[in-house]
Amino acid sequence: MSASKKNTLQAWLFLAPALLLLLAFSFWPVGFGSYLAFTQYNLIDAPVWVGLDNFRELFADELFIASLKNSALYLLVVPAIQVLAILLAVLVNNQLPGIKFYRAAYYLPVVTTVSVIGVIWNFMYTDDGALNAVLRWLHVINEPIGWLSDDRIALFAVMFVTIWRGLGWYMVLYLAGLQSVPQDVYEAAVLDGANAWQRFWKITVPLLMPTILLCSVMSMLAAVKCFEEVQIMTKGGPMQSTYTALFYAYEFGIKSLNFGRALAASLVMSVFCVALAWLNFRYLQPRKK
Amino acid sequence: MEKTLTLPRAATAKKINMNKLANRTLHYLVLTLLAVITVYPFWWTLVTALSTSGDVFTYPPRMWPENPGLDNFIEVFKTIDVIAFYKNSIIISVLTVAGTLIVCSMAAYPLARMQFPGRNIVFGAILATMILPSEVNFLVNFITVSKLGMGDTYTGVVLPGLAGAVGIFLMKQAFEAVPNDLVDAARVDGATEWQIFWHIMLPLARPALAALTILTLVAAWNQYIWPSIVMASPDKFPLSVGVLYLSGAFSFKIRVVAAGAVLTVLPILMVFLFTQRYFLRGFDGAVK
Repeated sequence: MSASKKNTLQAWLFLAPALLLLLAFSFWPVGFGSYLAFTQYNLIDAPVWVGLDNFRELFADELFIASLKNSALYLLVVPAIQVLAILLAVLVNNQLPGIKFYRAAYYLPVVTTVSVIGVIWNFMYTDDGALNAVLRWLHVINEPIGWLSDDRIALFAVMFVTIWRGLGWYMVLYLAGLQSVPQDVYEAAVLDGANAWQRFWKITVPLLMPTILLCSVMSMLAAVKCFEEVQIMTKGGPMQSTYTALFYAYEFGIKSLNFGRALAASLVMSVFCVALAWLNFRYLQPRKK
Repeated sequence: MEKTLTLPRAATAKKINMNKLANRTLHYLVLTLLAVITVYPFWWTLVTALSTSGDVFTYPPRMWPENPGLDNFIEVFKTIDVIAFYKNSIIISVLTVAGTLIVCSMAAYPLARMQFPGRNIVFGAILATMILPSEVNFLVNFITVSKLGMGDTYTGVVLPGLAGAVGIFLMKQAFEAVPNDLVDAARVDGATEWQIFWHIMLPLARPALAALTILTLVAAWNQYIWPSIVMASPDKFPLSVGVLYLSGAFSFKIRVVAAGAVLTVLPILMVFLFTQRYFLRGFDGAVK
């Protein structure tokens, strides 16, 4: 065997474990999943081709339409989380005494398992829980709000938890972005008489644009695919008002073993996600001069 | 670089100082308010878990435990098999970390230091997994794992997550930073690629391996939905899943559930407190 052939063989041997795993658990799901979306499959019997039946049923199902709407509504967390994360990053981007403590405090929810976060927020959200107590104490409300029991509010309450647990993650990404902005640009702006507000809008935001783009795409995709919080906190209730599209897929696939319907739902989701990502890169790309 | 700017002293100095003080105070006020929002739910849970008497929900909310004691924690151990949950979490985390380190660094080595046909395609394919809608993979992966007979096993939980693009890139960057001279010298001495990988690359990439270990450990300990799908028997649940078993069956014992939540997050928060820099320094190079 020639030296270069041996070299090539060795390279592929090094890569083999990773490639096999990626093939089985990252690429196979896309292909096989797309196929199953056009079949009836329950894990036991062989898949039966049914054409577009799953999609017809899907779009005839009010629950799926409502779930899609909820997933779209979930995009509201994106601007909230990005604005707050940028604010946090600007606030902690300095060497003030104790700043490390604050950074760690904001990151705490990120390193906490989502199941415990769900348990804790279920406590916070009960009628006599801490959130209602604080709001009553501040005289914002007189009667406790049924955060998770009122079907008009529950989805927003779950969305708040998503914001709460994601903030620290995006803060760190923005912090890295801020630290790559050269300090002398700010010093020059100060000498030119720019105030803090002007410096933020004229220097920080434009220079952060690549990070903002990356983070918005990440958080949009995460928001549209959100379902763990729902699965833990509300199970889709009350009155199915917190069903998200992926929770719908989870219920039909894992719980009812109706994989055709579940994968049709997740295929619709995937198309939605690709479209969102494309729109972002199309319109948020920093303009080149 | 000198940071202080030379400003006219005298009269303006005092005014600037006053302004600075006001700004600083406001700054800390906002920081603290936001910290209260992120930390208080944890604090409330800890306080409730440590309280042994009085109402669970109070008005205004409780700030300190009442009759502090460990009764609720003892109750958790009596109610559910916490030891088994801990054991499962540890097994899953250790297997995930070991597997990730091996698989990712092996894949990273030829990508960083070897020339071979197909290199760019492989690299592109790994990159592509980052934009695939991976969150929906769990449905098909559940089918795959079941068909391979790995349902309800640790292998089934661990295997699908081992080859991550982020881990491979992290290791690739570390290997690329190893000086060429070292590798060339080893090749001249007749070292095999495996020997170079094992005796030169891995020891020199120790900081990257440490970072990957910590990040993977925390992610593995915290993962919830996938183990909850794969594991069918409760005695194989990791803590993150088992804690919900507690809150489902004993939801009326709120203090006990709170103690269970504390037991679940405590180990990983300790890890976080001692390894913060890996999380908080940002992902150098990841955002460009």
